[in-house]
Amino acid sequence: MSTFYFIAFLSIFFSILVITAKNPVHSILYLILTFFTFTIHYILMNAQFLAIVNFIVYMGAILVLFLYTLMLINLNKDSEPRKSNLVKIAGFIGGGCFLVTIIAALKAFNVSQPVLLNNPNLGLVKNLGKILFNEYLLPFEVSSILLLSAMVGAVLLATKEPKTV
Amino acid sequence: METLNHNIQAIPLNHYILLCSIIFSIGVIGVLIRRNAIVIFMSVELMLNSVNLLLTAFSVYRGDATGQVFVFFIMALAAAEVAVGLAIIVMIYRNTNSIDINVLNRLKW
Repeated sequence: MSTFYFIAFLSIFFSILVITAKNPVHSILYLILTFFTFTIHYILMNAQFLAIVNFIVYMGAILVLFLYTLMLINLNKDSEPRKSNLVKIAGFIGGGCFLVTIIAALKAFNVSQPVLLNNPNLGLVKNLGKILFNEYLLPFEVSSILLLSAMVGAVLLATKEPKTV
Repeated sequence: METLNHNIQAIPLNHYILLCSIIFSIGVIGVLIRRNAIVIFMSVELMLNSVNLLLTAFSVYRGDATGQVFVFFIMALAAAEVAVGLAIIVMIYRNTNSIDINVLNRLKW
């Protein structure tokens, strides 16, 4: 039980560091740590398939993509012009109002039953694969088209267009 | 596996909702206070991940595996979104030599 609270503290801590780090590279590294704590959350809920997919897709693919982009656009001159304090305070108030609203709604609904894992093989690959390829076969195929079109779009956007002078 | 199952048994659903909403609001604050386009993108990823975690928690709570299938689809979508978004950021950098979002205010008025 205390494992969850420790990992939850770590994820909140690292995600605060993500948005406050001055250097974007440090912020990406903190984001990797945050996603690692999310993987531990998935394992604690016995969602093993999602833990592995989170580990491979987010930490392996997406964050490497972020690092490569940061390497391509070479930010050595100046990291980032700071926003004025007014905008920062407004941002904190906006996010804080959102959080207060959610917490107030949570208090009003008053759900506090414990999360029980009734079916121990709920998140295993075998069970999820059966559901994915029986009920959700069409969305699965459509997502492959989505990935293909995203790949084509990324290549089209990122290639240099020839000079038309 | 017994110890893992024992671990999650004592945690109320409220605490999962609280954790995910805290991380989601950290993502919202990050989008609002930063000016670097890549950091804003990373805050969006943070929000997406907190929603994923909450979907998984509800899926375990209800004993329904559909939530986890949804999380899988969201991850596929996030991969596509990141590829296109980072290509757009690279293109913006090539055109304006900066990834400060305040440079991109030509569509403002």
